[in-house]
Amino acid sequence: MSSPGLLMRRPAAARHTAVLAGIDRLGALLTLLGAAGLFLLPFVLFKANRIVPGDSRSVAQVLPLWASLGFEAMLAAVAAVALLIANGPLRLAAALGGIVGLAMALAAAANALTPPHNIIVRVAPGGGFWLLAAALGLLATDAITRMRPGPGVRVLLLGLFLGAAGLALTHGTFDNVSIVREYSLHASAFALAARQQVLLSVGSLGAAVIVALPLGILCHRAPRLKPGLLGALNVIQTVPSIALFGILMAPLGALAAHVPLAAAVGIRGIGAAPAVLALFLYSLLPIVANTVAGLKRVSPATVEAALGMGMTRWQTLTSVELLLALPVILTGIRIVLVQNIGLVTIAALIGGGGFGTFIFQGIGEMATDLVLLGAIPTVVLAFSAAVLLDALIEVLDRARQ
Amino acid sequence: MIVIESLTKHYGPIAAVDGVSMTIERDSITVIVGTSGSGKSTLLRMINRLIEPTSGRVLIDGRDTASESGHRLRRHIGYVIQGYGLFPHRTVAHNIATVPRLLGWDENRIRPRVAQLLEALQLDPAVYSGKYPHQLSGGEQQRVGVARALAAEPAVLLMDEPFGALDPIIREKAQDDLLEIQRKFGTTMVVVTHDIDEAFRLGDRVAVMSAGRVLQYDRPEVLVTHPADPLVARMTGSAERAMRLLSLTTAGEAALPLTPGEAGTGGPAVPASASLRVVLSELLWHGSESATVIDGDGTPRGRLTVAAILARARAR
Ligand SMILES: Nc1ncnc2c1ncn2[C@@H]1O[C@H](COP(=O)(O)OP(=O)(O)O)[C@@H](O)[C@H]1O
Ligand SMILES: [Mg+2]
Repeated sequence: MSSPGLLMRRPAAARHTAVLAGIDRLGALLTLLGAAGLFLLPFVLFKANRIVPGDSRSVAQVLPLWASLGFEAMLAAVAAVALLIANGPLRLAAALGGIVGLAMALAAAANALTPPHNIIVRVAPGGGFWLLAAALGLLATDAITRMRPGPGVRVLLLGLFLGAAGLALTHGTFDNVSIVREYSLHASAFALAARQQVLLSVGSLGAAVIVALPLGILCHRAPRLKPGLLGALNVIQTVPSIALFGILMAPLGALAAHVPLAAAVGIRGIGAAPAVLALFLYSLLPIVANTVAGLKRVSPATVEAALGMGMTRWQTLTSVELLLALPVILTGIRIVLVQNIGLVTIAALIGGGGFGTFIFQGIGEMATDLVLLGAIPTVVLAFSAAVLLDALIEVLDRARQ
Repeated sequence: MIVIESLTKHYGPIAAVDGVSMTIERDSITVIVGTSGSGKSTLLRMINRLIEPTSGRVLIDGRDTASESGHRLRRHIGYVIQGYGLFPHRTVAHNIATVPRLLGWDENRIRPRVAQLLEALQLDPAVYSGKYPHQLSGGEQQRVGVARALAAEPAVLLMDEPFGALDPIIREKAQDDLLEIQRKFGTTMVVVTHDIDEAFRLGDRVAVMSAGRVLQYDRPEVLVTHPADPLVARMTGSAERAMRLLSLTTAGEAALPLTPGEAGTGGPAVPASASLRVVLSELLWHGSESATVIDGDGTPRGRLTVAAILARARAR
């Protein structure tokens, strides 16, 4: 007669899991993350000047009581949505509201801590701010993913995000925040670095496409060549980037010294030339491999039909095979572009320019804000490239499948 | 007319096609049948030079196919393959327009031609023109494949297992449609299949291939009654032989003249286009000794008796 007792316990256990199931797992994790940021880590760091280590300040220490309580209440409301509500648009609205509130709190803290007309002191975002920003950012990303927006909407959202960020920077609200202050000190260098960053990553990508596409087609047509070629490109891929820059410096330097023409077109042992060459070499493998994979995906019957209809080999390649392989090839190009945007920062070490200039200068001067001025735009650039190319790939793939 | 002269293709030591010579009549359907690996596809693809022969030559209407470049030759020869190979990134209309575009036809000439072909293959142009291949059923894809091959009005149509991917019921319908198309456009068709029933159903003449050689090339009834090779005899089937023979003759062809006053008295009515196999089955089912053969418009044209049909099923 013990079994009825066992049976009676079951409903209670089921009710328990049902309550737990009602709580969003990711929401719980992000709430913990945000709470840790809010209560355990400094919200901002106050520094007497740009290179001394900062003093920790919490929101409560910096903002008036009503403001800090309001800020915490706002975060609690966002956490409640994150924990309990599954609706995508609502979660996105909560996350965006939280991000705006967080940004306003940072601006208010910076203004409160900066004496009037003082441009020496620095108020930098602290670990608490970054954790909250990460939690809210993840919440927003997750909400967008749940809404499954089409490629057009995703690009639109990216545009809105970039527009809002640009507006916030130029508007003046954040002028007392350390990174923005650092930006205004380096405004013209920043524009130059942005141009270099894009030029170096896109330029090396373009050169790689011109070389890798024919190599991929060759590997597809002559499978015997494939292991050797992909193996060689794989070896290049395993050389650490700094080592590769170093390896290229000597021969390019020698080339510049002995061939006046090379020097005249800007080829030197340091600077953009070895950077572009290294990025170019790194770019080859993903594009060649994806070209081969994309062409392999094209059904042999389709190719045979194209030839059987009287298309020439070239017509078959360009108007059937490559078009059908394009989404896969673009996936390779996306990998390369995102990778290159990141790697260009390291090229600054050998004078290649780009956002890496700020990062290494910042490290040298122990100025964290300057490091961030290089790092954040790099991440934003890579992220934007990924969103744009993903959208393009999806549009092409949809039309074909 | 297609004349094939000692055509041979070697892959290393293997002869995929070994000295094949045959003449394919105009405006007829010739079927090449054989087991897998017997060289059917290789032979077919040497006709449009997708495969270049090791030796021998092909003449179409007296002209050596080697006298122009392969891709130009192929623009004037229709080609349908198993799996159809429709271009997945192009609409049905765009697929069908492939060869006319390659030949530089005017758009004003292409558009009505595409519509005409879609209609001939029982696909409503308004519905199907803008669809993509993945939106079509297997049978519809097959018909688009045929329409694409016929688009530029080729005199010759080559088909490699064109019905291989269809389920049996749709396949019979597709075979009937092909016969209809052949009558309508008068195209010379060469069809490859491994299915002897399909060969007998479609072929005016059937070539049986094995190990790269043509064992026998003749009218289907001759293959049944006078097999030139044990393999041909085995393929045409000892058990089914009599029935197979009956399926090759239509009721109209075998009908006995009507004797006056007899019309309408005897048993079930059967259409003139039905095969004797079907008529016999019908008579056995109804327990009747004779049937009336009627035309498309229902007028009696003759009669058939069980005895007359059985006489035709005997080896001659
Ligand atoms: N490209 C090729 N290389 C080597 N052998 C081939 C090639 N194509 C066909 N063969 C061989 O030639 C023979 C005939 O092939 P095929 O014409 O495709 O036969 P079927 O169409 O009758 O099934 C087979 O033994 C096949 O293995
Ligand atoms: Mg075959």
